[in-house]
Amino acid sequence: MTVSTLRRLTGDEKHAPSAHSTLDVIRVLYERVLRITPETADEPDRDRFLLSKGHGPAAYYAVLADRGFIPEDWLDRMGQWNSPLGTHPDRVLIPGVEAGTGSLGHGLGLAVGVALGLRAQGYLQTRTFVLLGDAELDEGSNHEAIAYAAALPLPLTAIVIDNRSATHGWPGGIPARFPGWTVSLVDGHDHDEIERGLLVRTGKPHLIVAAVEPKWS
Amino acid sequence: MRETFVAATTALLDEDPRTALVLADISADVFAPALRKHPDRALNVGIREQLMVGVGGGLAMTGMRPYLHSYAPFLVDRAYEQIKLDLGHQDTGAVLVSIGGSYDSAASGYTHHSPGDVALLDTLEGWTVLVPGHHDEVPAMLREAARHDDRVYIRLGLQENTRAYPDGGKLRVLKRGGPLVVAVGPMLDPVLAATADLDVTVAYTNTPRPLDTEGMRLLAEGEVIVVEPYLAGTSARLVSEALSGLPHRALHLGVGRAEIRDYGTWEDHARAHGLDAAGLRRSLRAFLGGGA
Repeated sequence: MTVSTLRRLTGDEKHAPSAHSTLDVIRVLYERVLRITPETADEPDRDRFLLSKGHGPAAYYAVLADRGFIPEDWLDRMGQWNSPLGTHPDRVLIPGVEAGTGSLGHGLGLAVGVALGLRAQGYLQTRTFVLLGDAELDEGSNHEAIAYAAALPLPLTAIVIDNRSATHGWPGGIPARFPGWTVSLVDGHDHDEIERGLLVRTGKPHLIVAAVEPKWS
Repeated sequence: MRETFVAATTALLDEDPRTALVLADISADVFAPALRKHPDRALNVGIREQLMVGVGGGLAMTGMRPYLHSYAPFLVDRAYEQIKLDLGHQDTGAVLVSIGGSYDSAASGYTHHSPGDVALLDTLEGWTVLVPGHHDEVPAMLREAARHDDRVYIRLGLQENTRAYPDGGKLRVLKRGGPLVVAVGPMLDPVLAATADLDVTVAYTNTPRPLDTEGMRLLAEGEVIVVEPYLAGTSARLVSEALSGLPHRALHLGVGRAEIRDYGTWEDHARAHGLDAAGLRRSLRAFLGGGA
């Protein structure tokens, strides 16, 4: 259903590979893991999902429409004047969107703050997830958040979609850039593998590297 | 002022569970008791200013009220995009409290100067900017900021006036006469000294944003001089808007754009930028001519 919904979206073909690479992870998050519905979208103890990789949010919008957060007919006008759906998501305009992103390297720091705020308020069962791209890891701000989350340690889950689009790659592997984190390596299209990774709770920050086909393949 | 800030913020942490403090190593020593007492919401992220603001944005997204603190060049200049996006674009707020604005870190050189912090925030929407002229003005600013979720910048300085004016939110007239001289924060004492025998009106404010444009329009009678402790001309646009339609001449005094490659003290730099009493007097007399 989401795939057909995704096809409905036009206007951001430049980011189509980014959107398609994230689709399965976002589907598994919303269909199997996140404790959030349109009715609980403002509850303080809801699970949080932040799309740090704001590029290519078509998959995100498609899932939000499928899950009833936004009307499906919004999808027909992405990026147009008077549309709430831009080619980067805006939390002020879109129900269910936790963070307005687009400029890379912001979501992980925000997610650390969200997880800390939830913990400080006693929402210990509430989980925080943030999705990044492997190229987005080039932004240095991510590494401030990666190191701090490990130092605390802070139990949040970061999913990195690895479509091998980082300009200089990640010699030694992406997990090597997350010292102190626990790690799951999953097939980014295998829903059961993705779910197993998302359900890991170790008391430490957890990294899921979701491998998909190379962006330039 | 820093000591007052530490005491007042520590008290807020004790009193209000919504209050959070995020540091990037700066002042962690003086906040050590608070960091120990409230480890869940008094946080030191290390020397990571981008993260400090990002964490503040995330905390605010969960309903907390974060206070972020560092030297102005690191808190504002370095983390500008996080301030723009992790706070403003998310439609959340925080209280940013800086030290080291302009040339307070004189001996450290230009890497530690920030004359442009208020100008940078002026590019963004919805910031209240508070520039206390005396440490006794600080606690009320911090406490008022705890009562809402808006975006607030409090600029603490080494330079202080001899007395506090807690009612400095609007333009407060301290001397009545001819042309209007507006002194922002710690600029008041040097302005009063510079104008002791000049026929001018002197008004003080510790709240340059939102600027009391209504008060300015009422007080200005053709000539207005604004003296700010940061980049000269930062308020020029607002003054122009305030006096729109009124024939007027304006002079904007503040820190110059040219980098002064020297060290010393804040007093040395104030003198070099013409912001000591003697320098201000020269500028005022040149602008006002023999009539003042």
